[in-house]
Amino acid sequence: MAQSASPSGRQQHYAVPSPMPWPIMGSTALFLMALGAAFVFNGMLAGWASIAAGFVLLLYMMARWFGEVIGESEGGKYGGWEDGSFRWGMSLFIFSEVMFFAAFFGALFWTRVMSVPDLASIESNALMWPGFDAHWPSAGPAFLEKFQSMGAWGLPAINTALLLSSGVTVTFAHWALIRNDRAKLLVWLALTVLLGATFLGVQAYEYGHAYSALNLKLSTGVYGSTFFMLTGFHGFHVTIGAIMLTVIWFRCLKGHFNPDHHFAFEGVAWYWHFVDVVWLGLFIFVYWL
Amino acid sequence: MRWITTTNHKDIGTLYLWFSFIMFSVGGLMAVGIRMELFSPGLQVMDPDFFNQLTTMHGLIMVFGAIMPVFVGFANWQIPMMIGAPDMAFARLNNWSFWLLPFAATLLVLSFFMPGGAPGVGWTMYAPLTVQMGIGMDLTIFAVHILGMSSILGSINIITTILNMRAPGMTLMKMPLFVWTWLITAYLLVAAMPVLAGAVTMTLTDRHFGTSFFNAAGGGDPVLYQHVFWFFGHPEVYIIALPGFGVISQVIPAFSRKPLFGYASMVYATSAIAIISFIVWAHHMYTVGMPVTGQLFFMYATMLVAVPTGVKVFNWVATMWKGSLTFETPMLFACGFLFMFTLGGFTGLVLSLVPIDIQVHDTYYVVAHFHYVMVAGALFAAFAGIYFWIPKWTGHMYNETLGKIHFWLTLVFFNMIFFVQHFLGLAGMPRRIPDYPLMFETWNKISSLGAFGMGLAQLLFLYVVIDCIRKGAPAPQKPWEGADSLEWTHLPTPVPYHTFETPPVVK
Amino acid sequence: MRGTRIVSVLAGLAGLAASGAAHAIAWYFQTPVSGIARDIDQLHQVIMWLIIVIFVGVFGFMFWACYAHRKSKGHRAEQFHENTTVEILWTVIPALILVIIAWPVTKTVIAQKDTAAPELTIKVTGYQWKWGYDYLRGEGEGISFVSMLATPREQIEGGARKGENYLLEVDNEMVVPVGKKIRVIVTAADVIHAWWVPAFGAKQDAIPGFLRDTWFRVDRPGTYRGQCTELCGKEHGFMPIVVRAVPAEDYTKWVGERKQAMAAVAEDPSKTWKVDELVARGEKVYAANCVACHQASGRGAPPAFPPLAGSKVVNGPEPGQIDVVLNGRPNTAMQAFGKQLSDTDIAAVITFTRKSWGNKASEVQPAEVKARRK
Ligand code: HEA
Ligand code: HEA
Ligand code: HEC
Ligand code: CUA
Ligand SMILES: [Cu+2]
Repeated sequence: MAQSASPSGRQQHYAVPSPMPWPIMGSTALFLMALGAAFVFNGMLAGWASIAAGFVLLLYMMARWFGEVIGESEGGKYGGWEDGSFRWGMSLFIFSEVMFFAAFFGALFWTRVMSVPDLASIESNALMWPGFDAHWPSAGPAFLEKFQSMGAWGLPAINTALLLSSGVTVTFAHWALIRNDRAKLLVWLALTVLLGATFLGVQAYEYGHAYSALNLKLSTGVYGSTFFMLTGFHGFHVTIGAIMLTVIWFRCLKGHFNPDHHFAFEGVAWYWHFVDVVWLGLFIFVYWL
Repeated sequence: MRWITTTNHKDIGTLYLWFSFIMFSVGGLMAVGIRMELFSPGLQVMDPDFFNQLTTMHGLIMVFGAIMPVFVGFANWQIPMMIGAPDMAFARLNNWSFWLLPFAATLLVLSFFMPGGAPGVGWTMYAPLTVQMGIGMDLTIFAVHILGMSSILGSINIITTILNMRAPGMTLMKMPLFVWTWLITAYLLVAAMPVLAGAVTMTLTDRHFGTSFFNAAGGGDPVLYQHVFWFFGHPEVYIIALPGFGVISQVIPAFSRKPLFGYASMVYATSAIAIISFIVWAHHMYTVGMPVTGQLFFMYATMLVAVPTGVKVFNWVATMWKGSLTFETPMLFACGFLFMFTLGGFTGLVLSLVPIDIQVHDTYYVVAHFHYVMVAGALFAAFAGIYFWIPKWTGHMYNETLGKIHFWLTLVFFNMIFFVQHFLGLAGMPRRIPDYPLMFETWNKISSLGAFGMGLAQLLFLYVVIDCIRKGAPAPQKPWEGADSLEWTHLPTPVPYHTFETPPVVK
Repeated sequence: MRGTRIVSVLAGLAGLAASGAAHAIAWYFQTPVSGIARDIDQLHQVIMWLIIVIFVGVFGFMFWACYAHRKSKGHRAEQFHENTTVEILWTVIPALILVIIAWPVTKTVIAQKDTAAPELTIKVTGYQWKWGYDYLRGEGEGISFVSMLATPREQIEGGARKGENYLLEVDNEMVVPVGKKIRVIVTAADVIHAWWVPAFGAKQDAIPGFLRDTWFRVDRPGTYRGQCTELCGKEHGFMPIVVRAVPAEDYTKWVGERKQAMAAVAEDPSKTWKVDELVARGEKVYAANCVACHQASGRGAPPAFPPLAGSKVVNGPEPGQIDVVLNGRPNTAMQAFGKQLSDTDIAAVITFTRKSWGNKASEVQPAEVKARRK
């Protein structure tokens, strides 16, 4: 963005970044994906073509846009002042993600504390839902199949350990970067990605187990809804985080970043920690309590 | 091509403003459709389904397409100029924030042409009615997602710009109040929009993937949707109002030739409104049957908002007091805002009281309330801002006489539409109905006539703007005697394409 | 010139107002007939006066400034812009005013929520687009009926003269005794509705799957009318609520008549009907229950409401259609009619649909319907 930064961190001269076609391409991509998804959801399978086109366009756009930004960063265009902007930007983005999860946690708390007990009140039992008792996990008064809930101390506990240790390894990687110890940096970072990937593998297995052995599905009443939507969105974020870490790993391999200028690394690390913290919330409220 | 790929905050601001005007026209024409159907009892021009679709889209388009973008347009034009920054912090992201909007709007409008039409569920999209809708509902949900993305990205940009791009010496407490209100608004947006995205996502999975978030049979609860929606929805109404407050806080001192009274308390009051706005949401849900403690808590919290809002109103009046007032069009709109926003605020206070709200909830009293705060509040503030800054933006003066006529027509017709709706609501006319009992006929006729008049008055506005751009007289650097923020004092008119290539020094 | 135009506009408005005067112009709350409604009315008046006073005060200042401190009058701006004392005053005084308002309001809120110890309990169920009433406890226990808009379609869509209670009239009114505490338990079968009688100051959302309650005590006999106040789909504007409050002895009489009528209607579901009897009866049931969605033409309003003419289900095996009508289709507007209609009515309406609009399927007898009930 700015050509250079003064020691005080303020811009001396400013050049507006060159115009670029990527934003509108991104919008087109989202539009195609939205339209396609709406068609597919309503049984018009031709929508898949639109989704695919949109997705490819989105990937292309991201690759080009980020590529440009990385190029500028490595070209030394960013000083302390842009760094500051990136820091604000990333923290706010993570905050907005927290609020997105908050909506689903809110749904979980609401059903557990308010709606399920209410459906099992004496009057409700007498007039509306005979015999329903407010026992969590609950799939609601009209759900008649048998299902089991996911216990906390099997796979989920392992996953907690995996994700927490990945938070530690990414910090070690960061320290290595600060010491400019490339070899350690690459190892610790690779380990982080590996832990993340293992986490995802375990989660995939867990889902399979839920569907086949526990008869626990997305459509298993509100327990299934909150369970799969919360863990699912979390898993999706882990995936994104792991992809970003992988990109960072390759950038490290190429020799990007230096001990006092590596916000891309830190931003992704922040994101990784955020995913970690969300998991702790999940572990406590979805699996354990 | 310039407009599509631009990264210049002024270009993007202009795009936002025109987009907003187009959406305002579309939403306004839908309102005219609504008023046509309500002109007399009986079904005349449309079937009830289409009426519900119009109501829904009118609300969504006006809120997300007209009012929010118009203020983002202001933010883009003004914030860098007012804090002495060269541009927005993330200039390219800024382009994306804008270019998401037309695509989302297309999805919304497209839904009318899908089998089953647009969703007829109200802009609040309450479950489980949403589950019964056709593909139009899905398009609307995705449109809301994209609109939300746009708002979040835009807000991140605005916050970062304000916190990280100020010229040396521009301390936080020296920023023009408009910048302050946007800083706070942007925080509200970042906190609230993702929650809305969550709410509509749950709607989507309830519709198509068998989840039971809002379905009692599966242990969920339709009321849960309302909680999640209004947790977003109430902050949203201040998202609509606060930037308008900011504009008014620039305009009134300028035409009173007197500094804003109580600058610091204005900042604190705005923050207080923003914080309280997160704990009052259930005042939209007094009739769902929540426990009495809940009702009382939300009632007290809601009443509390009147205090900081009152501080703002008093400060504005005190700014005018013993000033040297002139009444050019921006000032007329500001006075209109002050008078009628307060009226709307007072009906809000009436609504905050549980027993009274239970009586008038979901009637035209509520419709009257929120049009007073959103049209006579936010929209009037937007008009004030446009007349105020258009000389700076275009380099030309607008036609003052026509501007004044636009104000008076808008004022009169606005009140004609909405003042009588208070009576309708008190007397018991529910909202969102295409047909009504005979005793409501008179007020509805007056209201409809007012709507046609208000629409024509906006054509005049369009003419004034085009006339100003095409052949308005050249504007001086500082056309308003009392204006004192950086864009007037440090920049020529029209403003060069790139401003502040070297930062100004603020004393 | 300008003057005459203003006069003519005013005359026009006056004319309009006069044209409306034929049916009294309503502009304020309906006369309250319950304690809560009276409280609401009083609270509202107090608040209104308070607001008017504050409003006049604040804008008195503004208009005085607009009048006296104009540049064109030569007023020079003073430059004061801070005063902590007034800031504190205009924070504290409004806060105090609010506390004063909150007190009586809180009392009413608590009274409004107190549904304990009712003398009569009635369950109200919102359907798309009608109300079901079940008298649960108290005199009249066991009475149950459905209440629907009675305004003829010609008045709504056509040019027929609109009656006095246009859109506010139903086939079966809810009847209650005056002077008794009546608790209504409100719920819904499909989407959210809201049950509202303005004169009672009672409004309660009907949430599908949940029971919510409110109460009222009417103190004057009369017929009180309200409307559904939560958007519930296409016919949301057409599901009024009518409550007739009668003296206790008339109420007893009504209960007697109603029970007799119910006994008379209860038919033997094992009787075998002739096809044209079923069709004739079914046509009436259809007109009352199904036309709103599937239309008199049987063509529905696709894609929201499928046609029954030519439908695979209607022309298919009997049990399939019986199940749809008995149990509805989850998550669509097609509701379960099993609880609303008798076996005979269901058999009749199904037979009617299977024999109309070119459909040529077999008839259905009440016994078959009975057999498929769970
Ligand atoms: C710009 C948008 C905006 C703003 C600013 C407000 C401001 C307020 N609103 Fe409004 N509101 C809406 C937009 C807005 N609202 C919308 C869109 C809806 C309907 C949504 C839907 O259902 O579709 C709605 C609905 C709504 C309801 C629900 C009604 C119902 O559905 O039953 C309530 C209830 O409490 C309410 C209350 C308030 C209050 C207390 C304020 C307060 O902020 C007002 C404070 C201001 C003042 C009070 C005036 C100035 C103060 C003084 C001069 C000080 C002295 C005063 C006293 C001591 C009294 N609003
Ligand atoms: C800020 C937002 C905003 C604005 C500005 C408006 C503006 C107007 N609204 Fe709005 N309204 C809402 C937000 C807004 N509304 C919301 C949120 C709802 C709730 C929806 C719901 O229940 O779900 C609502 C609901 C609502 C209803 C209730 C509908 C119902 O319950 O069924 C009515 C009825 O009278 C109404 C009327 C109007 C009118 C007459 C205007 C007028 O002020 C409009 C005037 C403007 C015009 C007429 C356009 C003029 C422009 C042109 C003519 C230019 C054309 C130029 C070209 C084509 C080149 N609105
Ligand atoms: C509130 C609107 C509504 C009312 C009233 C209504 N229906 Fe329906 N009906 C629907 C909808 C919507 C569907 C489609 C459900 C689906 O998508 O599976 C439907 C489907 C049906 C079907 C299945 C048709 C097919 O081809 O799948 C039959 C049969 C039917 N209705 C009969 C009736 C009868 C008989 C009545 C009156 C007693 C009635 N309906 C009243 C809305 C309604
Ligand atoms: Cu039922 Cu609206
Ligand atoms: Cu609110």
